[in-house]
Formats: sequence, structure tokens, C-alpha cells
Amino acid sequence: MTPVGAGAAFRAVLERDLLIALRRRADVLTTFFFFVIVVSLFPLGIGPEPETLREIAPGVVWVSALLAAMLSLARMFSGDFADGTLEQLVLTAQPLTLLVLAKVGAHWLTTGLPLVLIGPLLGLQFDLPGDALWILVISLLIGTPALSMIGAVGAALTLGVRGGGALTSLLVLPLYVPVLIFGAGAVAATANGTGAGGHLSLLGAMLMLSLVFAPWAIAAALKISLE
Amino acid sequence: MLEVTKIACVRGSRRLFDNLSFRLESQQALRVLGENGTGKTSLLRIVAGLASAEAGDVSWSGRRIGELGEDYRRQLVFLGHANGLKDDLTPLENLKQALALAGIDATLEAIRDSLQREGLGAAAELPVKVLSQGQKRRAALARLGFCAGKPLWVLDEPFAALDAAAVIRLAATIAGQLRRGGMVLLTTHQEVALPGAAVDSLQLGAA
Repeated sequence: MTPVGAGAAFRAVLERDLLIALRRRADVLTTFFFFVIVVSLFPLGIGPEPETLREIAPGVVWVSALLAAMLSLARMFSGDFADGTLEQLVLTAQPLTLLVLAKVGAHWLTTGLPLVLIGPLLGLQFDLPGDALWILVISLLIGTPALSMIGAVGAALTLGVRGGGALTSLLVLPLYVPVLIFGAGAVAATANGTGAGGHLSLLGAMLMLSLVFAPWAIAAALKISLE
Repeated sequence: MLEVTKIACVRGSRRLFDNLSFRLESQQALRVLGENGTGKTSLLRIVAGLASAEAGDVSWSGRRIGELGEDYRRQLVFLGHANGLKDDLTPLENLKQALALAGIDATLEAIRDSLQREGLGAAAELPVKVLSQGQKRRAALARLGFCAGKPLWVLDEPFAALDAAAVIRLAATIAGQLRRGGMVLLTTHQEVALPGAAVDSLQLGAA
């Protein structure tokens, strides 16, 4: 089929998933508020020492982002699997990798991007300085799409498996660790003045790697789970 | 031409069928019969390429469907047990999206008309989740009206949950596909007359 057909199919999947997210706002808001609440609980629990808060801020925000991303993984393919639309996706004449990319893109736009946007506000609660806030946004902007891509592999592998949710966490969390280290590391490095360049480059490299390899893994996993 | 050669299917420890061969040529329909659990759906999924056979080959125009990949899928319409409709979207949005995915150009008017013909006039703008089982099935079947260009239709229980009028309409759609030179592979429990079409039967689980 022509590239135009592929583009139209990509857009159709993206639009469909965004429209569904719009109709089921509760799902999207759950992830968002989970993130906000978890991050906000730490200052309340730990106490108002600005030094301590600044110290823990990058880790807390990033761990919460990771858990929030986890929370939304189960829904990524399970609905399509149950109602038969996944079969139809697999049977189109378009490359499945492309359609999968559209699905993950929609997932990031509805669960990852809101976290990026609220990030600086939450950083303020921890008294992060201005430049560290910027790096927090940039690191989340690069890191959360990687979380969606990696998470989608786990979600696709455990599709249709009983107790898949727990299994997804076990599969995906170890793979999230590098993103967590360099994401939180970038913010921490800025806060203590050593520069975030290296961390962000590595984070970017991880995003690129996941963009290239994850769609193939997801497509293969989806085909296996449909058998 | 679709050719199925000596395929076998195993589900768990049960061998559903073995050494099953048939051909489907232009203007031909094949009805797969058999009791529940004899492997009708499994056979259709193997033919569609969703599942792989334990042994044997499925070929289209002389080439294995695994090799053809996207070229085969472009010729195929598959309507499974599940309707393939999103509950939160309306039939109109569902159909529009399905056609865009299939690379079929259709105006919004044409889509609305086809749903109207299926008797979903007012329901076309309601979310699928509030529709009845039969209405959902009709919304899924409306897709067939746009699939004239696809030679092979694989339909799993297309007549299930439909009322008498809808059954007659669907039979006419299938007959039209055959007249155009298409092929239809379907499973059904109902005895449905396809006007002016030769229908062969394949009995599963007889052994």
C-alpha cells in the first residue's frame, strides 16, 4: 500500500485512541492524580526541611512518574484484545509496528504528557531551583515516552494472561531502572551544579533505542497473544 | 484462489482436526459446519492468518499466506466472533475508523447511509455500549458493504444475533460478493439460503 495509506491508518489509530481517552476521562485522570498525590505526600511525610526536600525531589518525582506509568499499562491493549479490534489491527495491510507506534503515542499523550506538564509545579513543592525545574521538565519529556514504549512491550507480552498486571510490573520495572537513574540523575546533577548534559544524552539514547526496537517487540508479542 | 492443504489444529491436548484440505475458488462459498468446540473458529483464524496451523499450509494464488503477509491481508476481510467495535465510540465513528485502517475511501455520507440501511439510523450516533447485541452485530456487518474490492471474506457466525430481516440482507450481501467473483468462508448454525449461489459444506468433528 502507498505511504499515504499507512499515514492514514496511523492517524486513524491515534485519533481513535485519543477519542476514547476523551470519552473515558476517569482513566486518564486516575493516572494524573495518582502522580500528583504520591509526589505531594512526600513533603507531608518527611517534614518541611528545605535541604532534605531538595535532596530527595528528583528521585521522588521520577519514582512517582514511573509508578504512574505502570498504573496505566494494563489498559493499553486489554480493551482492544477483548472487543476484537486488536484482531482487526493485526489483519490490516499496514505494518503492525506502525499501528503499535500510534497506540503507544496516544498512550503517552494521555498519560505521559500530563505528568511532564505538571512536573515543574510539583518540583516547586520541593523548593527546586529554577534551572533544576527546567531540567526536570526536559528529562520527563525525554523519559516518559521511553517508559510508554518499554511498558507497552510488557503489556503486550502479558496480554490475556491471568494475573497479567503483577507480571507486567515484574517484567517492566527492571527495564525502567536505567530511565529512572538517568532521569533523576539529570535533575540531581543540575541541582548540585555538575551539569545534566551527559544524563540527558543517555536518556535520549534510551528513547531512541526504545523507539526503534520496542515496536517490533510489541508487534511480535501481540501476534503471539492472539494465537 | 484459496487453498488449504492438510492442516491440523491442536488446542491444549485435543486434536481438533487433522489432514484437512479444501479449495475455495472464485464465486464459491464454503460453509463450515460442526458442533460447538469442533474447531470452526480455529479453522477460520488459521485461514485468516491470526493463528498458525500445527501442520499443513494455507496458500493464496499458489503462495503461502505467511510469505504474502500484507499482500494477503489486503485481499481479506475477517469478521470474528468479537465485533471489533469500541464500546465508547458510536457505530459511525467505529466504521469510519475501520475503513480508514483498511485503506478504503468512503465519505461520511456513504458511511451514514450504510448504517441507515442496516437499520441503525438513530443508533448510529449512540455509543456502541448502549446498543443491543443484534445492533452491534449489524454495526460490525455494515463494514462488508464497503469491502466489495476484497476477494476473500472470512466470516465467523455472521448470522448470530440478527433478526429475520437482517439475515435476509446479509444473505444478499454475501450473494453479491459471490456474483462479483469473490469467495466467502463462513461458519453458521443456521440454515440460510444464499440466493443464486453455490454453497459447499465442510463438516468438522464428524470422525
